[in-house]
Amino acid sequence: MTPQIAVFLVLAAMAVAGAVSLILQRHPIHSALSLIVVMVSLAGLYLLLGAEFIAAVQIIVYGGAIMVLFVFVIMLLNAGEEERTNVSRMARFVGVPLGVMFLLEVAYWIARATSHLAPPAAQLVSTRDLSTLLFREYVFPFELTSFLILIALLGALVLARREDSD
Amino acid sequence: MTGNDLQSYAPLLLHLTLAMALSGVLVLLSSLVGWRRPSTTKSQPYECGITPTGDAREPFSVKFYLVAMVFILFDVEAIFLYPWAYIFRELRWFGFVEMILYIGILLVGYFYLWKKGALDWNRPAVRRDRAS
Amino acid sequence: MNEFASQHPILVVALPKIVVLLLVLLTSLAYLTWFERKVVAHIQSRWGPYRVGPHGLLQPLADGVKFLFKEDVTPAGADKFVYFLAPFLSLSLAITSIAVIPFGPKEFTVFGQPTPLAITNLNIGLLVLFAITSMGVYGVALAGWSSNSKYPLLGGLRSSAQMISYELALTMSVVGVILMAGTFNLSEIVMSQQGFHWGFLPRWNLIGGPMPQLLGFLLFFTAAVAETNRAPFDLAEAESELVAGFHTEYASFKFAMFFMAEYSSMITVSCLATILFFGGWLSPFPQTAAFAWAHYIPAAAFALAGLALIFYGIRYLTMFGRVVLPVLGVVLGALALLFIRPGVTEFVQGPFWFLLKVVFFLFVYVWVRGTLPRLRYDQLMGFGWKLLLPLSILNVVITSLAIVLTQR
Repeated sequence: MTPQIAVFLVLAAMAVAGAVSLILQRHPIHSALSLIVVMVSLAGLYLLLGAEFIAAVQIIVYGGAIMVLFVFVIMLLNAGEEERTNVSRMARFVGVPLGVMFLLEVAYWIARATSHLAPPAAQLVSTRDLSTLLFREYVFPFELTSFLILIALLGALVLARREDSD
Repeated sequence: MTGNDLQSYAPLLLHLTLAMALSGVLVLLSSLVGWRRPSTTKSQPYECGITPTGDAREPFSVKFYLVAMVFILFDVEAIFLYPWAYIFRELRWFGFVEMILYIGILLVGYFYLWKKGALDWNRPAVRRDRAS
Repeated sequence: MNEFASQHPILVVALPKIVVLLLVLLTSLAYLTWFERKVVAHIQSRWGPYRVGPHGLLQPLADGVKFLFKEDVTPAGADKFVYFLAPFLSLSLAITSIAVIPFGPKEFTVFGQPTPLAITNLNIGLLVLFAITSMGVYGVALAGWSSNSKYPLLGGLRSSAQMISYELALTMSVVGVILMAGTFNLSEIVMSQQGFHWGFLPRWNLIGGPMPQLLGFLLFFTAAVAETNRAPFDLAEAESELVAGFHTEYASFKFAMFFMAEYSSMITVSCLATILFFGGWLSPFPQTAAFAWAHYIPAAAFALAGLALIFYGIRYLTMFGRVVLPVLGVVLGALALLFIRPGVTEFVQGPFWFLLKVVFFLFVYVWVRGTLPRLRYDQLMGFGWKLLLPLSILNVVITSLAIVLTQR
């Protein structure tokens, strides 16, 4: 077992465990923390694939910015522990088998596709290539993102506006 | 180790592991060493000697939410500046115009935020339009 | 041993380096508190720590032991897991960020393996550093939230909002340097600042290149002081209104851990300022024959400091001081003798200038704290969003314009 595979297994296990804990945790803050674990392990997985720039951006934007907003919102709403309801009969008899079937199906297709998957990168993807691609070939989408951000800014303002009315 | 392969991240991982181990040991030590004589008064939250009133986790101003939201958006912008600056010497005027357009569009949003008072901390979150 | 080293470079080469760096870092953290108390005391015409050891030199040790044996009080109603997680996160992230900092140009060999004077030399070292610091917000926010007390909650919220606001200006103020260097690799950024104006003025990013980054540096340092929650931006610890901010409910070593994290980020920021704007390990003197004497500055500085310590130490007040200070002086003198040796002189140059600049920035940190009054919270947020952010965008535009215009 090469070190890469070992690190991959650990990161994959962390990501899955974080995702499961995200659903099972009762307190929203604990769920948010689990989501941060997922984000960071994803960044590690990107790094294993050789995409170091994307890995760093994943942590800076998702780990350091978006999750801060999540934590703020949870604190803002003062969301307490969620109450557990009894699992309905419908969910138990239809939902669980359907979920298991879906998982099996996904596993089957992934298993079939493994032969086509590239091995983990030995070389890191050059940030220069990535930048050239972004700023030469995909200039138009890049400029469009600025409009997207502009619209999101306005959206944030409109959402925050509610406070006045009460 | 030239920094061109995945190998160069291994020391960082090792460093992180050691740092975490060290912090973990310190947290453990702080709860193991040292005496403890707990009492209800001692474990009360600190409120300048007055008996604590109410729950600490109260809802707070929507301003913090707005700041975090706007931070995400500008953080994305800052992240786009990084790869651009990386190859700027090859892009030259093309890159310059490209980024002026990009920043210009965002500055419109920035000044709108400013005019609406979203950047002022002691005013209510967003000023109402006078016309309405 | 050499064969084993070539097969397992990480275990044999990286591990000792990391252990040594962490030990040095922890010691410097401890003595940085002493340094800060001394400097602030002298700014305010006081003596500062004086009793524990000569000139209070053993004070950090005494503080450490005291913290360890204090009663560890956990507030009622605290979220135990998060309450323990917050100092852990703060400290481990803060001391990890030093790993990407290069301290000198020379490679040295450990068991026959050449290795740089840094834990690791990454292509995107700068981004990795920002990634690690961006996670530091959680330590503050979670500490404030988990204590289940009003002051920590307010302090935690305020300082996390402050940290994210100034992180923007911090990331944008660095773009000017990347524009000039065209790389995220910290060693390469230092190497891009080689050379001299008119033969004597170093072409460091602060004053060199197509567009001197003076504005960029001021923005960077201001934002960095705010990012590390230091005075005059230490709103979280505004004693007059928030008691101690997010760590009000922390006691014992967990309380000390927040301080270790703060001082550690101070060191990282000073290293970063040195690398990005002040030429990193580059000497301020040209490498010409006329300046050959500059090579002996490290040795001379150590020798002078050693002599001063010996002469001052033998007349010190206490018996203990009369032994310890001269011994320290002799150690410094021995180091000075070592630095004159041919191979060592070249090797010492880089780290010497680097650490000298870092110590200078640490002094500025303390100086600012001793001089400037604290800002009000609305002023603080306004300052970040309405002044630093537009100025840093302006800096990016001007720098890129200057590069396009001067490039042939």
